Amino acid sequence: MYEIIAFYVFSALTIGMFTIVVMSKNALYAMSALAGGMIFISGFFFILEAEFLGVVQITVYSGAIMALYAFGMMFFDTTREVKEHVRAKKISYTLFILSAILILVILSAPLFSENIQATYPTIENVGNIQMIGLVLFTKYLVPFELAAIMLLVAMIAGIVLASKKMDFDPHFDENAEFLQEVK
Amino acid sequence: MITLTHYLVLTGILFSIGLVGVMRRTNLLMLFFSTEILLNAVNIGFVAVSHYYGDLSGQMFAFFIIAVAASEVAVGLGLLILWYKRNGSIDLNSLQTMKG
Repeated sequence: MYEIIAFYVFSALTIGMFTIVVMSKNALYAMSALAGGMIFISGFFFILEAEFLGVVQITVYSGAIMALYAFGMMFFDTTREVKEHVRAKKISYTLFILSAILILVILSAPLFSENIQATYPTIENVGNIQMIGLVLFTKYLVPFELAAIMLLVAMIAGIVLASKKMDFDPHFDENAEFLQEVK
Repeated sequence: MITLTHYLVLTGILFSIGLVGVMRRTNLLMLFFSTEILLNAVNIGFVAVSHYYGDLSGQMFAFFIIAVAASEVAVGLGLLILWYKRNGSIDLNSLQTMKG
């Protein structure tokens, strides 16, 4: 009973929040609604007994990614309303219909997938975090380390791209000329 | 009782909301928000399947999707800031340099 109520409440909240993200004209409202939606999604993970992913969802998505967006938005003019003119109605209607078909396919997918075998079955009397640790550091060790390298590359790329021409020092060129004169 | 179908319906609805956002947004920052919605919707589906079939692979995939989303945001926002400094606009139409 509790699970059913929680599911419907979180579904309504998440759908509402994400609809605000898609429809809002103000970038700040959209970002706040997105952060709220991320936290409500972590509620689903806790209902589904995936505590580790719930915590990761809160820390990484609502903590790191939304903070990054907030810092990024300091560069843009966010108080002004986002001007968008939507044209090509025909294409958007076609794509709406395609997304409706997508929902239908997702709904009917379990009907055709009866013979699913668990590759890494969950173990009884073992906590979720412990199970994830066991699988992640044995079966998924190489993807895990590749993900670490990918995050490192992304971090360096982000720093290099965002900090270009940011630390402009007017005395820098004078110093360089001075050094050349000394040489 | 909440079944897997409930979660898949929710995943479909959220994915469609994200898809609508990708279609109707022309601001690049809003487009990024819509991609985050897409990734989150898929994550819910993965975790639900993982729970109802007693398989941990779904949670692993959701974990790696979160890692990919984090690096995507880092690189994408860097590029976005660079483009904004150069053009003063993050509208998709400002990316059209070839008038065809």
